[in-house]
Amino acid sequence: MSDVRDAGFDDWLDALESGDPYYLECPEGHGSLPPRRVCLECGATDLEQRPLPDAGELETFTITHVPTPAFEDDAPYATAVADFGPVRVTGQVVGIDLEEVETGLTVEPDVITSETDGERVVAFRPR
Amino acid sequence: MSDVRVAGVGLTSFGNTPERTGRDLFAEASIEAFDDSGVPRDDVEAVLYGNFMGELSEHQGHQGPLMAEAAGVHAPATRYESACASGGMAVREAVKRVRNGENDVLLVGGTERMTNLGTGGATEALAIAADDLWEVRAGMTFPGAYALMAKAYFEEFGGEHEDLAHIAVKNHENAVPNEKAQYRSEIDVADVLEAPQVASPLGLYDSCPISDGAAALVITSESYAEEHDLDAPVAITGSGQGGDRMALQDREYLARSPAARSAGEEAYADADVTADDVDFAEVHDCFTIAEVLALEALDLESTGEGIAAARDGRTTADGDHPINLSGGLKAKGHPVGATGVSQVAEVTSLLRGDHANSDHVADATTALTHNAGGTVASAVVHVLEVVA
Ligand SMILES: [Zn+2]
Repeated sequence: MSDVRDAGFDDWLDALESGDPYYLECPEGHGSLPPRRVCLECGATDLEQRPLPDAGELETFTITHVPTPAFEDDAPYATAVADFGPVRVTGQVVGIDLEEVETGLTVEPDVITSETDGERVVAFRPR
Repeated sequence: MSDVRVAGVGLTSFGNTPERTGRDLFAEASIEAFDDSGVPRDDVEAVLYGNFMGELSEHQGHQGPLMAEAAGVHAPATRYESACASGGMAVREAVKRVRNGENDVLLVGGTERMTNLGTGGATEALAIAADDLWEVRAGMTFPGAYALMAKAYFEEFGGEHEDLAHIAVKNHENAVPNEKAQYRSEIDVADVLEAPQVASPLGLYDSCPISDGAAALVITSESYAEEHDLDAPVAITGSGQGGDRMALQDREYLARSPAARSAGEEAYADADVTADDVDFAEVHDCFTIAEVLALEALDLESTGEGIAAARDGRTTADGDHPINLSGGLKAKGHPVGATGVSQVAEVTSLLRGDHANSDHVADATTALTHNAGGTVASAVVHVLEVVA
């Protein structure tokens, strides 16, 4: 991984770390995540930052036992898609025993670092 | 509009041959396809070639001309990349070119060299078919992505791992007589359920292997086939392509494949057939759940019922509509860029009656191939029929 930032994405992680996570909203109210210039639903190009809802709900999850090399020391870990209302987000479920992870679990977003390479990872903590 | 004939097919054995280069694999497949077709190399007007991870596995981009050389063809060549649907997209381009009169003779192929990367390297290479920022950096692997879909399917429609196990058992059984298949050993439901977990609920036997291999087709127009008195009874009569959002988190459905549905609808309409006309099919079963999603998207099974199709015998070799008689990606192997081309090769052989499993579909006239890219952000479907 290079040291060059990914504009939009790294800014979003910064915001999440400082407690002000956001999503992008078009004039019609459709949500999306950066870096995005065009609304997926309606094609609007004037997207505004809005506060991400505090809580999401796990919609589906898996326990990954065979990771890519970037997560070799992290496995096994839970990966989930969580629904925050205007957007869904993919992340790792932390702060809970893997056996306890279940769909419908209410979570809040967080940032952790990979045990393997120290890169930042989107995470979900039970709320 | 001219029929598009499959004049010759060629396949390497799929399997674990880390030392063989992509060019060597494709040379072997193309030699078999030319021999099978009786078409001289000099008549080939273009090479259309599918490959996904060549930059990572062989440090090789620009594979079109390289593979034309390997096949002994002097013609313009282009590589098509659409993740695991790369080969199917090359086939689709060939169909369009023959139909619009641009070409009469094409070499269509695909190759992937994967096992030299090792399990970690191949897992990483496959993962780049997902959204890097929002999926891969969260630790999502490809088995993980399909596991997310499997779990969502169970939540929405019911079913359990044991249902999926029957799909793996079926596809292994189909691969036993196929001498090109990677796994030619039968397994049982207990083997699948007891295998190590890769990404829950999917285990080792729910997953296709990492494979090396190549596939090639000589495609001609109907008029060329007739003029040269080719023995080419099988035509590609329908083609369709569908698309969906790249990342699962941006999809409307986590347990359905709308891209495969629209590709299927387009291909059925194009061939003027319906799902009821399909005698058998090769579908993209990179993971057991993928076969379920494919069958439902293609209307070969009703939504929510595909999970039971193998268990209840509808898709077994002697069922109503046998699925993956080659062994599928699951047991035959999945050298990514070759897969979509190899599906067309297998279906052609099955329809011609010269495949090890042809006896199971002796009266078949209509079949289908379904090739998916990523978590089905891309899908390509072809209808094949016996026309001569
Ligand atoms: Zn919008």
